[in-house]
Amino acid sequence: MALSNVLEIPTSGFNFENVARNVALEGLLEGGQTKTPKPMKTGTTIAGLVCKEGVVLGADTRATSGEVVADKMCAKIHYISPNIYCCGAGTAADTEKTTDLLSSNLTIFSMNSGRNPRVVMAVNILQDMLFRYRGQIGASLILGGVDCNGNHLYTVGPYGSIDNVPYLAMGSGDLAALGILEDRFKPNMEMEEAKELVRDAIHSGIMSDLGSGNNIDICVITKQGVDYIRPYQESEYKDKRQKRYKYGPGTTSILTEKIVPLELEVVQETVQRMDTA
Amino acid sequence: MYCSVVRHQNTRGLRSQLKDSVPVTGMGPQVGAYGVQDTLRSGFSSVKNELLPSHALELSEKNFQLNQDKMNFSNLRNIQGLHAPLKLQMEYRAARQIQRLPFLQSSHLALDTLKGNDESISFEDILNDPAQSEMMGEPHIMVEYKLGMM
Repeated sequence: MALSNVLEIPTSGFNFENVARNVALEGLLEGGQTKTPKPMKTGTTIAGLVCKEGVVLGADTRATSGEVVADKMCAKIHYISPNIYCCGAGTAADTEKTTDLLSSNLTIFSMNSGRNPRVVMAVNILQDMLFRYRGQIGASLILGGVDCNGNHLYTVGPYGSIDNVPYLAMGSGDLAALGILEDRFKPNMEMEEAKELVRDAIHSGIMSDLGSGNNIDICVITKQGVDYIRPYQESEYKDKRQKRYKYGPGTTSILTEKIVPLELEVVQETVQRMDTA
Repeated sequence: MYCSVVRHQNTRGLRSQLKDSVPVTGMGPQVGAYGVQDTLRSGFSSVKNELLPSHALELSEKNFQLNQDKMNFSNLRNIQGLHAPLKLQMEYRAARQIQRLPFLQSSHLALDTLKGNDESISFEDILNDPAQSEMMGEPHIMVEYKLGMM
């Protein structure tokens, strides 16, 4: 360890030492050829609705980094607790880390109290966390779950705003998805009808928005359990390779062959007994 | 809609935050003996570096725990009377004294349990863990500083 005249121990949490450097770098790089790397966003369509038996959440699977598709099979529906799942839109790393933290906190709570967490608890924890960081954590989340008080669907914005509604869409494709949901949503729908409606909403988001695409994931949460269908529907535009590009053995002809045996002699042999009790 | 990750370096706007927050040690000019800038230990002084933090969250994060405690204690005083925050702060003070020597990493177990930090995980537990810090203070200097001999 390097010794230095450090008189105060560094505090844990976020470290802002490099902010001045980053600002200076940005000024330098803009004039030149290189640009700062863009974070991977999930520019997304996510949707959820409350039906008679539970909650149905849906999401697409495309993650973009600038104008390039970074991940074609990204998982946007995150596990929070056995009865709560969360779809995330915004910066991919932020949504994943935030939902991970939330899930850990709720696990600690349920171990302490012996109860399944409620959806309002998750929403309040998220709201406090996101408001504390004033929107610098770019995560827009849709939380859905079933608890002792019924079926709930909440949205949490990046600045900490929440909303409790029967159906929702977030992400860059939310307007397209919301159009479908507004048209065909009815309270207390049947499960199959609800799944089809969410699928159609995500599908319209995929068709109308560049940031959404590839497959559709659906997650159905009921009192009995969770059905995470990944993928619910695969994209019609999968790349179909025309030929196989693998080369069989013998494609490259061998011109000469020289074998040199490696002489090894046993110097020392030790036997360690494994305790298989 | 999605959010774009654009950082606004709004250093001017932080002036208004400065007067609302609790004054924090270590942010102002590093004074040594005689109340003058301690150039040997903390380098040359620069007004720009000391007065304004450069990130929107830097000041609010530094003061966050202090402000939370202040708010909770004043709430408690209004609801239950003066004895409640007094007793709690006495316990905190006692728990804060259970530590190893200044240059060693202490676990703060008693303090964490009192504050309820042992039942939650946040960025303070994951990022920049002081136990994994690559720098260690010179033991003699840190002990002298703690005892006020420096």
